[in-house]
Amino acid sequence: MAFYFVQFLTGLASAASLFLVASGLSIIFGVTRIVNFAHGAFYMLGAYVAFTLTERFSGALGFWGGIVAAALVVAVVGVLVEMVLLRRIYHAPELFQLLATFGLTLMVQDIVVMIWGPDDLLGRRAPGFKGAVDFFGQNIPSYDLFLIALSPVVLGILWLLFQRTRWGVLVRAATQDRDMVAALGVNQKWLFTSVFALGVFLAALGGALQIPRDAVHHALDLRIIVEVFVVVVIGGLGSIIGAFVAAVLVSELNAFGILIFPKISIILVFLVMAVVLIVRPWGLFGKPEAAARRTPGLTVNPWRPLNSAERLMSVGALALAAMLPLFAGNYALTVGSEIAIFVIFAASLHFLMSVGGLASFGHAAYFGLGAYGVAFLAKAAGLPMIVSLLLGPVLGLLGAAVFGFFAVQLSGVYFAMLTLAFAQIVWSIAFQWVAVTGGDNGILGVWPDKWAAGPAAFYWLSLAIAAVAVTVLRVIVFSPFGFALRATRDSPLRSEAIGINGKRVQWTAFVISGTVAGIGGALFAYLKGSVFPDSLGISLSVDALVMVLLGGVETVSGAVIGAIVFKAANIWLVSQTDLSKLVLGGFIVLMVVAFPKGIVGTLETIWNRRRSTDTKSALATSRVEVAE
Amino acid sequence: MKLQVADLNSFYGPAHILFDIALEVGEGEVVALLGRNGAGKSTTFRSIVGLVENRSGRIMFEGKDVSREPTHAIVRGGLGYVPEERRIFTDLTVEENLEVGRQPKRPNAPFWTREKLFTLFPNLGEMRNRPGGRMSGGEQQMLTIARTLMGNPSLVLLDEPSEGLSPKIVEQMVDAILAMKKEGVSIVVSEQNLHFARLISDRAYIIERGKICFGGMMAELDARPDIRDAHLSL
Repeated sequence: MAFYFVQFLTGLASAASLFLVASGLSIIFGVTRIVNFAHGAFYMLGAYVAFTLTERFSGALGFWGGIVAAALVVAVVGVLVEMVLLRRIYHAPELFQLLATFGLTLMVQDIVVMIWGPDDLLGRRAPGFKGAVDFFGQNIPSYDLFLIALSPVVLGILWLLFQRTRWGVLVRAATQDRDMVAALGVNQKWLFTSVFALGVFLAALGGALQIPRDAVHHALDLRIIVEVFVVVVIGGLGSIIGAFVAAVLVSELNAFGILIFPKISIILVFLVMAVVLIVRPWGLFGKPEAAARRTPGLTVNPWRPLNSAERLMSVGALALAAMLPLFAGNYALTVGSEIAIFVIFAASLHFLMSVGGLASFGHAAYFGLGAYGVAFLAKAAGLPMIVSLLLGPVLGLLGAAVFGFFAVQLSGVYFAMLTLAFAQIVWSIAFQWVAVTGGDNGILGVWPDKWAAGPAAFYWLSLAIAAVAVTVLRVIVFSPFGFALRATRDSPLRSEAIGINGKRVQWTAFVISGTVAGIGGALFAYLKGSVFPDSLGISLSVDALVMVLLGGVETVSGAVIGAIVFKAANIWLVSQTDLSKLVLGGFIVLMVVAFPKGIVGTLETIWNRRRSTDTKSALATSRVEVAE
Repeated sequence: MKLQVADLNSFYGPAHILFDIALEVGEGEVVALLGRNGAGKSTTFRSIVGLVENRSGRIMFEGKDVSREPTHAIVRGGLGYVPEERRIFTDLTVEENLEVGRQPKRPNAPFWTREKLFTLFPNLGEMRNRPGGRMSGGEQQMLTIARTLMGNPSLVLLDEPSEGLSPKIVEQMVDAILAMKKEGVSIVVSEQNLHFARLISDRAYIIERGKICFGGMMAELDARPDIRDAHLSL
């Protein structure tokens, strides 16, 4: 009994940091409507800075002074980020905000390694809380008791701040109606900046307080942000009480999940999240959101199928690509195959994002599931390549069917956070369930059959499948189903009113998209001859998002170009520099701020502008055509 | 001249909404902006306070061109705005709603305190701690006006204050606006209801399809039934 009680207390202690970070995220979202992906990065920075301050400057500040100073230092960094970057993208679509803040996260990962090195750092223990308290023969670290007491105190301080100060009243008012607050003479800019500073302060404090408990390392950011996303989805984005309750709930589920399913403890959290989402899609303490802002995918220029000249050009480009083995070496062909595979992957995400208006932040899950599907079939069942290639993606389909069912209940940022959390759950299962997946060691020796083993043959196979996949997706865009999907994206209410079952249509799109991603993953497994949990990871999901964005979200098939350019640049970049995350992160931020339409989108705009100035009457003609 | 608008053009995306709007408001004057639904009354107000960003023209407030200033700065300068849709902070209590509007005292404008506003709007004084979301439409309308007055404006843009209110509440509204006028606040009030406008205003403009098509004293408007019938639905 005592053991379970101690386990319960451990859970409560872990909840403290989770609550601090989640409440910060919630406060920032409430006012600015930005889901700050970089919140995990600020948490990690808080831990690193606190490590340095308590190690090097403990004489001047003392341990506790160091902790608070670290949170303040990081809050100042947060203010700079807000003023330089976020102010430019407050009116951008959610997807861009998530991506830009993710770009920041990538940059911070490389920066902390540059400053503090790649090794784990063990911080000091807190003075006065070094020992443990004996409880019926079980030891409880006294620092844990301190953390348990801390979170209700923080909750109380936040409550007073929001209920009893003018600043708090203004923040609550802005949470509801930003423009009205401005129309009453309040400078939103500084309100936003101060809110962001408070949110970042809380995140950094959460990180700093962890150093006596846990090693500081450069993967802390993604670990915490996924848990925090789960917490705010359960508790309700924007609610501080919700963040508190859900942080405790998730931490306890983790603490006891380890006892029940030691290998896949995260499954318990997932089940609870699924139940909450079915009963209250906006979270336990959240409020149903009014119609969310539009996701990208709204075109001023209506989409149209390719005309015959463009079709001919596409076939020509494909034929040209097919001639690569005539003059390129084996390395180039392997790179070519990889690019073709990522064209499939990016096109599948593009279909979900641009056509469906659902920006998934965990699309790698279905890519990776397809890869694992092939690996299981080829290694465990010993099936031939053709059969594995056909059946492997079924695992991606099943994953997409299960997760998609829950995900399409939500939209906008909730959808993005949920898909990310799902992907991370699949990743942890692959990582932890060593008996089946090989864990970190992956599954090795997944080689193609003889007929496809040569680089040229495999390249042709990948190219052919990519061509078919992109064509099929394009056909779907202009099919009745595609029209229904776009109608649901553009106006859920109106499409519902003409008899379209929006959720069903979106779910189907999710499954199609996941299956195509799985096909890409299946090929990827054969290309690499192995499967690792990385194929399900966040960074792969984000790569796909960047490809789509680079190509142009508002286009029909921009992802094809985006994937080719991104993958080629990425392979080149990794060979040139060790700081590829810093460069990639900086590139993402730059692209979101300066170049949001992507390559194809920008070309289309230029093309349309030229055409409209060439023939002024074209507009009138096209109107007539549309009317007919 | 308190407020002088000239050559005001506004756009929503590619759509041109306001065309060369010109209007003037004198010190302590109550001016009505009359027009049908969709004529451009709200857009005119939103453009003056900078909530419509895509606009051009001159907006002189107390002799200073404010057309390039952000909304909050215009409002802080003493130009108050009461939106049509009320936009009460429903989660905040009456007192908290007033707190959001509070601004420092201004030398050239009447100074409002909560207590003074509660005498002007007695209903509000009885529900200080009630959340805005649990008030009737009339009470919410009173609260939006009181909230704007907390900023001590010297001029207030009142967007359709009588819309959707019962006749009894409309009477209270007339009294409140006349009391504001007596304190020395200049007022521009947009209305579809000519009867209501006649009770409070000195002068009137008529706006139709984004253009001002009449400007003059209320008496002149009464003398021209042709204009009235052409541009206002009564």
